[in-house]
Amino acid sequence: MKQVLGYDPKMIELSEICRTFYLGEQAVHALNKVNLRIEQGEYISVMGPSGSGKSTLLNAIGLLDRPNSGEYLIDNIATSSLKEEQRAAIRRDKIGFVFQSYHLIGRLSAQENIALPMVLAGVAPSQRDPAVKQVLAKLGLTDRAHHLPNQLSGGQRQRVAIGRAILMNPSILLADEPTGNLDSKSGAEVIEVLEQLNQQGITLLVVTHDGALGKRARRRIRMVDGKIVDDIRQ
Amino acid sequence: MRLLDIIQFTGQTLGRHRFRSAMTLVSMAIGVAAVVTLTGLGEGARGYVLGQFSFLGTDTLIMFPGRRETTGGMPPVTGSAARDITLADTRTLKRVVRGLEQVAPLVVGSATISYESRSRESVTIGTTASFFEIREIQMRRGKPLPDLPMEQAKNICVIGETLKTELFGNSPAIGKWLRVSDRRCRIIGLTEGRGDAFGMDLSDAVFIPVATAQSLFNTEALFRVFFKVKKNYSLTKVEQQLLQIMKERHQGELDVTLVRPDAMISTFNDLLLALTFAIVGIASISLLVAGILIMNITLISVTQRTREIGLLKAIGAPASQIRMLFLTEASLLALIGAVTGVLIGEALVFTGTRLFPDIPFRTPYWAIFSALAIAFATSTVFAYLPANRAAKLEPVNALSVK
Ligand SMILES: Nc1ncnc2c1ncn2[C@@H]1O[C@H](COP(=O)(O)OP(=O)(O)OP(=O)(O)O)[C@@H](O)[C@H]1O
Ligand SMILES: [Mg+2]
Repeated sequence: MKQVLGYDPKMIELSEICRTFYLGEQAVHALNKVNLRIEQGEYISVMGPSGSGKSTLLNAIGLLDRPNSGEYLIDNIATSSLKEEQRAAIRRDKIGFVFQSYHLIGRLSAQENIALPMVLAGVAPSQRDPAVKQVLAKLGLTDRAHHLPNQLSGGQRQRVAIGRAILMNPSILLADEPTGNLDSKSGAEVIEVLEQLNQQGITLLVVTHDGALGKRARRRIRMVDGKIVDDIRQ
Repeated sequence: MRLLDIIQFTGQTLGRHRFRSAMTLVSMAIGVAAVVTLTGLGEGARGYVLGQFSFLGTDTLIMFPGRRETTGGMPPVTGSAARDITLADTRTLKRVVRGLEQVAPLVVGSATISYESRSRESVTIGTTASFFEIREIQMRRGKPLPDLPMEQAKNICVIGETLKTELFGNSPAIGKWLRVSDRRCRIIGLTEGRGDAFGMDLSDAVFIPVATAQSLFNTEALFRVFFKVKKNYSLTKVEQQLLQIMKERHQGELDVTLVRPDAMISTFNDLLLALTFAIVGIASISLLVAGILIMNITLISVTQRTREIGLLKAIGAPASQIRMLFLTEASLLALIGAVTGVLIGEALVFTGTRLFPDIPFRTPYWAIFSALAIAFATSTVFAYLPANRAAKLEPVNALSVK
């Protein structure tokens, strides 16, 4: 791992990132030489037409996908040369993910779903249980702790997913259309939770189709055809 | 990941797919139970057969007339019939050969045995006191044949339990006069149990002094001669001496055969052991089938849980951990199945010992251990491919699977 220690707080930097998919003969440039810097604690919304590369951008930042070219630094670690195991470790320690479709494990209770990252990381129950309890309380899920996902409402499910994403205290939270499957009331609740977390210092990146929701962010990115065409700060 | 968490996570997964888990478990259990049971049966059969011969001891030699070549080939053209073994031969052998503890000549025939109005045809054995010692024949009542000179006939007999009951019922038999063919013999003893099961049931037999039998059946020829070798004497050396002397006495022609039960026993042992291994080998095929089933089930599991794998990766699980989780799933199933199989197998073997108390059915520890090891190994080997496939999935692709 290349790491340059302690000179600036800048935590994410994408330079000339390209991600190209091939559908038969045709190349789709989902990300086309994207440059982006994100500072610690920012609140960013990503908008743009369908197919413009928003999810691909989020997946690249979340280390779920490998760009074809360009360099991506997270906390000054150059990720392009990392092995899969090292990328997994960064996902575990620094990144939280919230998906449109929640991705909860159906056989596990709310509490067990939230605890999963620590279970995988081998954290002892004595440390894990208080952390999970704290997260449950923070998200107002204490009385739902032992419910299975199919016994929860959409908003509650998404809050469980957020709980899972923040359990390991990541520095960045990536949310891909987190309210896409929710009615407006539960959607607003979920956004409120995310914004609260941002106020507590976490970097928040939200992909959304909802203009009103997008406007709430202090920084708004607009993508078209794999390029960032607008980057507005308030 | 902590062991307890791995077990809990795997347990929850298996619990979610009860039918599938149960089928895998059953197939593994059947395979292992088959191995355990069949090994138990094989070992039982081996123990039983060896038990049938063990009374002969490892210090016994048996001589009979005629040469039984083990090398095959053409019989001699000038095939003179084998010369008889006689009491004179026996006496000489007893005197000359060093290392003999007991020598028991044997004449065997069938005679009509009767007492008052009851009669029946029975095996009649002419022998000496030595035979009772060599074969360790137990007496229920009275005495065995006395230690007479071999050539001395005497009108006495020892009879087996079954024969006694048939002729006398519950009334005492000792001291009574039995008619053996055209002679009258006084009963001096009753043998206990079957005596031995070396092809004949001695509880049905009449023992008379060898000379008496010779005159009864009007023959000089002995059917068998039993030798018991003294401790610390080499069986092989005694064997050589016996053959050498018989050859000299029979004009340089070796026309007797000596059987060494210890060699026979070890041959039987090898044979039955090979048979057991063959049976177990066949039974192991069912373990292989179970292994393939586990591979398929793991493959199904991986396919159905692709999104979950994507999620686990997204929240930081490395490939090795995903592989480990799927392997644990397979081997846990296999192990539970295998342990169940061992219990079922042991229960069957136990039932066998209850149904056939004479046969020492018992599954040796090596069989149980290797059945468990094979179950574990096949499950791991067969699940490895699908588990590895899961481990190698790209998180973004796995997550987007519908
Ligand atoms: N695995 C893939 N294989 C082929 N093409 C892909 C793949 N993933 C994305 N694409 C293509 O890349 C482009 C960008 O996709 P992406 O999912 O990032 O769009 P998006 O902005 O998130 O759209 P939406 O708003 O509909 O979610 C699209 O044209 C899409 O078809
Ligand atoms: Mg998208």
